[in-house]
Amino acid sequence: MTLALEQTLNGIQFGVMLFLLAAGLTLVFGVMRIINLAHGSFYMIGAYAAALAGERTGSFAIAALAGLAAAGLAGLIIEYVVVRRLYARDYVQQVLATFGVILLVNEGVVMLFGRQPLYLPMPPSLSGSVQIIPGVPYPAYRLIIIAAGLLVALALSLLINRTRIGMLVRAGSTHREMVRALGVNIRLLYTFVFGFGALLAGLGGLLAAPLLAVEVGMGEQILILTFVVVVIGGVGSVRGAFAGAMLVGVTDTLLHAFLPTLLHRMMTASDADALGAGLSSMGIYLVMALVLLIRPQGLVRASG
Amino acid sequence: MLQAERPGGAGSAQRRIPSRVAWRTLWRIAGVVALLLGALLLPWAANKTGDPALISLATRIVIYAIAAASLNLILGYGGLVSFGHAAYFGVGAYAVGILYFHFSQSEPFLGLVPGSNRFLVTLPVAVATSALFALVLGALSLRTAGLQFIMITLAFAQMVFFLFVSLKYYGGDDGLIVRHRNVLFDLNMADDTTFYFVCVVTAAVYFFLFWRLVESRFGLLLGGIRQNERRLAAIGISTYRYKLVAFVIAGAGAGLAGALMANFANFVSPDLLNWSHSGELMIMVILGGGATLFGPLIGSALLIGLETVLTGWTEHWQAVLGPVLILVALFTRHGVLSLLRTGTGSHA
Amino acid sequence: MGIRSLLSAVALAVLTATAAHAQNPVKIGLITTLSGPGGYLGAEIRDGFELAVSMGGGTLGGVPVQVIVEDDGFKPGQGKQIADNFLKNEKIKLFTGIVFSNISLATVPDILDAGAIYVSPNAAPSNFAGKDCNKNYYVVSWQNDSLHESAGQNATNLGYKKAFILAPNYQAGKDALAGFKRYFKGEIVGEVYTRLNQTDYAPEMAQIRAAHPDVVFQFHPGGLGIAFMRQYQQAGLLGNIPMVVAAPSMDTTILKAVGDAAIGINISSQWNTDFDNPANKAFMAAWRKKFGTDRLPTFYASQGYDTALAIGAALKGVHGDLSSTDAFRTAMLKADFHSVRGAFKFGNNQHPIQDWYALRVEKGADGKPFIKTIGKIMSNHGDAYAKECKL
Repeated sequence: MTLALEQTLNGIQFGVMLFLLAAGLTLVFGVMRIINLAHGSFYMIGAYAAALAGERTGSFAIAALAGLAAAGLAGLIIEYVVVRRLYARDYVQQVLATFGVILLVNEGVVMLFGRQPLYLPMPPSLSGSVQIIPGVPYPAYRLIIIAAGLLVALALSLLINRTRIGMLVRAGSTHREMVRALGVNIRLLYTFVFGFGALLAGLGGLLAAPLLAVEVGMGEQILILTFVVVVIGGVGSVRGAFAGAMLVGVTDTLLHAFLPTLLHRMMTASDADALGAGLSSMGIYLVMALVLLIRPQGLVRASG
Repeated sequence: MLQAERPGGAGSAQRRIPSRVAWRTLWRIAGVVALLLGALLLPWAANKTGDPALISLATRIVIYAIAAASLNLILGYGGLVSFGHAAYFGVGAYAVGILYFHFSQSEPFLGLVPGSNRFLVTLPVAVATSALFALVLGALSLRTAGLQFIMITLAFAQMVFFLFVSLKYYGGDDGLIVRHRNVLFDLNMADDTTFYFVCVVTAAVYFFLFWRLVESRFGLLLGGIRQNERRLAAIGISTYRYKLVAFVIAGAGAGLAGALMANFANFVSPDLLNWSHSGELMIMVILGGGATLFGPLIGSALLIGLETVLTGWTEHWQAVLGPVLILVALFTRHGVLSLLRTGTGSHA
Repeated sequence: MGIRSLLSAVALAVLTATAAHAQNPVKIGLITTLSGPGGYLGAEIRDGFELAVSMGGGTLGGVPVQVIVEDDGFKPGQGKQIADNFLKNEKIKLFTGIVFSNISLATVPDILDAGAIYVSPNAAPSNFAGKDCNKNYYVVSWQNDSLHESAGQNATNLGYKKAFILAPNYQAGKDALAGFKRYFKGEIVGEVYTRLNQTDYAPEMAQIRAAHPDVVFQFHPGGLGIAFMRQYQQAGLLGNIPMVVAAPSMDTTILKAVGDAAIGINISSQWNTDFDNPANKAFMAAWRKKFGTDRLPTFYASQGYDTALAIGAALKGVHGDLSSTDAFRTAMLKADFHSVRGAFKFGNNQHPIQDWYALRVEKGADGKPFIKTIGKIMSNHGDAYAKECKL
């Protein structure tokens, strides 16, 4: 039983990570109707900046700030140089251009920092474990991630529903022409949304850095699941992104945790684990297919 | 292009002055003939200049030209941004790989279907299998449109990727070795030049059939769906059905290319179904210019050629390719092919 | 032109031709993993190999060599392509370098089929050690299983009764767990195959905890090992459940990344930096001179170095002439070189027969953790597949 609880916590933590990425992506999709393949690059940039700063200064706080700053800055630069010219283009050209951005950013990182993965040391105060479930010392750091993610979700919800800028974002995603006609500087709004999305992705990256290996290609790995989350949640809806992220995170983790064990009874351990891993990975796409068959627009409609 | 119609007689003059259409057709035929000649002479030229690796390179370009052309049907002509096309490429390749595996183990697939190493068996099986996958996944995906369609095709391709990763029996992550290329009559398929010609012939047949398809009523309708689907639906055309048929044909084409690739590399792995591989196919289509017959060939030659040249230069070739793609996306409307054209009208 | 000048011209031509032929360096194709989390493994093998070459002044065994290095990017397909290119276009007949067994399985058959020679500095999957052994295939490191058999024996010697074992789901991982099970006399309470590209081990940590083992054995080389160890510590398992590993799971780079938390971990290996024999002393001195004292060699570097020496001994025996692989084989199997690990000879399947040692991570006099040699686990140990090989 404790195993199931612990795995569920793992799932929630993974879901939170996906939410940080999906929130930015869904806003960019919803408000600007841009498909941005390079979103994973902001995740990677946040992780790299944090790892490098952490290595130099030994302070996690500075590393976190560096990660956020780098990701946000990268977002603004890429918006200005590339994305801005894609607003009027069709999806095909957006795919091509943002794919080019991925290649450039990935190789740029390799040229600057080499191919060896980097490691951000865990802040010592957080590297212990907490017995949030009696008998299970759960890593404190992962609890912090969950807490951080929930905070961000709350803050985003307030931002979108209670502030003027949030109202503009909501309006811009459903009635773009009207917003422009009302004299709002759409350009600035777009830049803000894109930069903010990049910031969130960078936050996800820097939070993940102490756990995983910071390496080139880490963004692409998580990007596809982020797409799935956005599709399930509903394009343009942050609430949907949250619901989708939780669903995907928990389902994926529980499948990976228990399916192979189930299969162990039927075949050799190696085959069971391979099949289990593959089927678990497939599982989330089947869920997506199911959701799309029943509710093609996603779980939550794009109004918040 | 309209004929040069002069009002008020001068009919005899019309027949003697060659019209623009006649010129274009002449150029086109000349171009195709030149292309075929070039393809046939390439191995001789490669050996003469002492660079036999060129033949392998050309084979890869031809195989990817077929794959890109198949994507072009739905992406260029049909306007459907399918981001999961590599899945069908991979399925075709795995069909060859799995059939070979069962042939070498002398035990039938699922206890029923015997393995095979014969080209004339494995190729149709590969094409049929990928068409089947395309049918199922396409039927589901085409219920959506726009952004969702892009993402769902991507996601489904990933799903098939994980399917093959999970099949440890067929190598899983490590891939499956196809020790010897499929047997075709008495030909020595292990010889690079022979295999190159097999691919060229296959490609020629494929492109001919493709040309007939896009010039037919079906092709016309597909173009219409791309331009204004609602209008066609309003006059009673079942656009979903047409899109699905196009999707299946495209999948089948990709499977054909995949089967050739499995033979070429003597190796299949889930990497062939990776989403970045799908991206590369899209790039080839777009680079060459969508909705043109030979655009995919140009795109394939450009991308593979560029990669090969750049890898020789620097190990950081992606840092050059990236900006190239960005520039092409931002500054050309219809890919590189449009830059070569001098003021023509709409595409075929 | 008179007869004399004609003769001397011919003689000169012949001399220069043979001299040129003798001077033509032997090309060695080194295909290894230089990118990704496993990238430093390939870099270590390359550095160890090239160190031996530079110590010989550009020669191995007195024969001039040219080492051509290519990165397989951790992709079996890519390794295969590089090998094809080396065989057809560079006409290379001698290959080495592969780190990972999955790449080895995709690449080596092509090399052997073309009649070329492969000498492995690391990966040695069980597939090629038994009935599929080949007279042109040599291994200088260890056979995959036997590396982990030493760990199994170590765990038994240390008195553990219940083990939870993990490895990535590829040939070397399967060999690892098979090898451990062969020599561990206790009970296996859990056997898990992780994914080669896995970065998050939280589910596995939960499983380990739930199974209550005495000891954990895990094989995760390179960056995988770093991620695994860090998460093992974060999950509160380190310090609670002891760990027994083989050298790849705790090399000096992983140790640097994990730090003090690794103190107490038991390792089994065929080599360590503190070995006392003259060959190792020479190796360590040359390494320190080239790379400084801050970067300690991992056992991959020592294997790259040993492979170069082994190849050098063979090349010396055939005077740099690779036209007869049988002559090369005779020279190679004599193992006429001094390995940094001490005793070394080839078994009938051309894999090593060597000693295995127990090491442990301990706190050094300078406060930093280091790997110390404790004792010997096995002597003259070959591998489980030699008897199936018909050589």
